[in-house]
Amino acid sequence: MSTFELLISLLKGGLKVTIIVTLFSTILAFILGFTAGLARLSKYKILRIISGMYVEVFRGTSLLVQLFWLYFALPLLGIKFSAIFTAILAIGLNFGAYCSEIVRSAVNSIPQGQTEACIALNMTSFQSMRRVIIPQAFATMLPNLGNQLIELLKSTSLVSMITLADLTYHANILNSSTFETTKIYSLLLIIYFVISLPLTYGIKMLERRLSVWRV
Amino acid sequence: MFDWKFAVNILPKILASLKITIVATFAGFFLALVLGLVLSILSKSRIKPVSRLTNGVVLFIRNTPLLVQLYFIFYVFPEYGLTLEPLSAGILGLGIHYSTYLSEVYRSGIENVPHGQWEAAKALNFTRMETWTKIILPQAIPPILPVLGNYLITMFKETPLLSAITLVEILQTAKIIGAGSFKYLEGFTIVGIIFFILSYPSSRLIKSLDVRLNKKF
Repeated sequence: MSTFELLISLLKGGLKVTIIVTLFSTILAFILGFTAGLARLSKYKILRIISGMYVEVFRGTSLLVQLFWLYFALPLLGIKFSAIFTAILAIGLNFGAYCSEIVRSAVNSIPQGQTEACIALNMTSFQSMRRVIIPQAFATMLPNLGNQLIELLKSTSLVSMITLADLTYHANILNSSTFETTKIYSLLLIIYFVISLPLTYGIKMLERRLSVWRV
Repeated sequence: MFDWKFAVNILPKILASLKITIVATFAGFFLALVLGLVLSILSKSRIKPVSRLTNGVVLFIRNTPLLVQLYFIFYVFPEYGLTLEPLSAGILGLGIHYSTYLSEVYRSGIENVPHGQWEAAKALNFTRMETWTKIILPQAIPPILPVLGNYLITMFKETPLLSAITLVEILQTAKIIGAGSFKYLEGFTIVGIIFFILSYPSSRLIKSLDVRLNKKF
């Protein structure tokens, strides 16, 4: 097979799954990150404990272990998901834990006076969060969340190990049928690079814009 | 359901392969420490092509998955006569991948050394080598120790990836046990708990170290 044919065959086979898993687990991770991050700052102790446990458990164990646990071990407890759902769930839960720490520290970095001003203006705590605190904290957390997005994209390669047919999985299959090892894995590296490079530059641009606004 | 007797039975087997995980973590970290420092110094080189090339390599490695890099080292290198066993390939992959992250950490440490220190070294007629080893690095390294420690923990949690290149570390051991007995639950749960009880206290320790160091500097 020529290099071009290999490239087409890789993209045709695996690009869709890689993008779907990246997209949906990003959405899940951001939702979980915001929920858990704000829950850790809640005035209710029970919410703080539950979200703290979630964050520490998923940060303290490895993503691949979580992926295997959900895919191989959970069905033995009677709960079985499809491979793609498991992949999105595991990556979303894992990165959600990391994102929640970003959200938490960004919200914590907003000066106390802002909250006090909201109280003085008779805002409810929900209003002050939504209208005053979060919009400011968002500028601080965006660059970090962007970095997490790139880490997440790279980690989607792990789903090939639970037999989900993403780019990496197709590279392994092609490798065992054509033995064009050098070409295939070089192409695979370049594909991931080409997907994540625009993200990296996008984040840098966003960072510059936001820091202009802040100064 | 969770079979406690089975779990107790397989625990020694999994703990025995913990040694491989630990070796891979520390050897990979050591390699990353050295390579990362080299990369960060090269990227500050006054020779433009050297710094450009270094930045390009760092960008490429940081933007591609560790798993694919491991496959590359393990399957492509032998085509050019460099056959590595799984453990060395894994250590090399981990070390190279994380050296690009550590080089950024070193860079932030180096940039935090006031510019006057460079000027003072020049005024005292220090060579560039002496400036690095006697003036800049001794001031740049201590404040970044906690961050380096956090990367050690991150690398520890990345070692299960080495199972993809047939290294039998703890996750792979659990998987082999599971495949033989159809009991995946116990093995994977034990592996998760091992990761947690080793990484959680260490990250706590580093946090307290961070607070103490920040007081000092």
